[in-house]
Amino acid sequence: MRKWILAAAMAAAFPVAAADVGLIKVSKGSVQIQRGAGKMPATVGAGVQASDVIITGADGSAGITFTDNSLVSVGPGTVFAIDKYSFDTTTHQGEFEGNLKQGRLAAISGKMVKQSPESMKIRTPSAIMGVRGTEFLVQVDEKAQ
Amino acid sequence: MKFLALLALVVLAAGCASARRTPALFVVVPEANGHVGAIVVRTDREERVIDSAYGAQRLRGDGSVEASRLTAADVRRDFGSTLDALPGKPAAFLLYFLEGRDELTVDSKAEMEKVFTELKRRPLPDILVIGHTDTVGGLAFNDRLSLARAERLREMMIGLGIPSERIAAAGRGKRELLVPTEDNVSEPRNRRVEINVR
Repeated sequence: MRKWILAAAMAAAFPVAAADVGLIKVSKGSVQIQRGAGKMPATVGAGVQASDVIITGADGSAGITFTDNSLVSVGPGTVFAIDKYSFDTTTHQGEFEGNLKQGRLAAISGKMVKQSPESMKIRTPSAIMGVRGTEFLVQVDEKAQ
Repeated sequence: MKFLALLALVVLAAGCASARRTPALFVVVPEANGHVGAIVVRTDREERVIDSAYGAQRLRGDGSVEASRLTAADVRRDFGSTLDALPGKPAAFLLYFLEGRDELTVDSKAEMEKVFTELKRRPLPDILVIGHTDTVGGLAFNDRLSLARAERLREMMIGLGIPSERIAAAGRGKRELLVPTEDNVSEPRNRRVEINVR
């Protein structure tokens, strides 16, 4: 009986789109999601998964909400990879490793950072940033000089 | 032997000098409510903490890191379109059930109206219903109970016309008390369901 309750609880905790860790909420200009070998337009409402790469054109920008309430946006000419993402809605333990290869990013950290500072990290080609909270910006390009 | 060591040193130094870094800029900005957080930037050489409004660190092409301070106008100029794309902060609502029943209190029915107003304001809302318990009982028991409460409210919202795929349910058990109490204390204000609208 107890096992049944647990199984039901587990099924309820992970609804159908279990692989989605975020949702595109804002999409302007050219924005694409690269998933494995495929590419698709990042339209409003598109799901974002761990290992996805968000790519914007010179006129593009996009905003994403994640399941722990982290908010991330990317500006024009950006390549942002979600290297790792996990979040436990019960314990609030999780791991978010983003990789800003080029371009601009703004973010407001969510529940996992509140639970465990630096559980969210943003890599750039030459540095790694740990997030203790909450709102921050990162730019990677030659003009960052 | 000495020559080899010297050679190794020269090669190493040359390696360092030629290893160009991709420049980057890291900035802490105040939230809309004024809150200022902190980030820590680590390179292969050092670690820098930024914890002031518009505080920044620039990683230069030669690998050096320089502290600086931006202004709101700098941020607007360089990150304007990026910041404009940042989604709105999730809104949170608290609802209470009548004790022992799956019917909301009168106040919570009014709160539910606000949830629907918020849903209409957002481009493509997704909802997380989070159940909470008081501290009566063990951790696993309360994790299950809180999820059951959240599931019940989720069903109610689907009944009110919200597509099921837009609503997820979660249980936090007794991990996030609204009113801090000792263990095994019955507290109605802790037996609540929270609705996050993103």
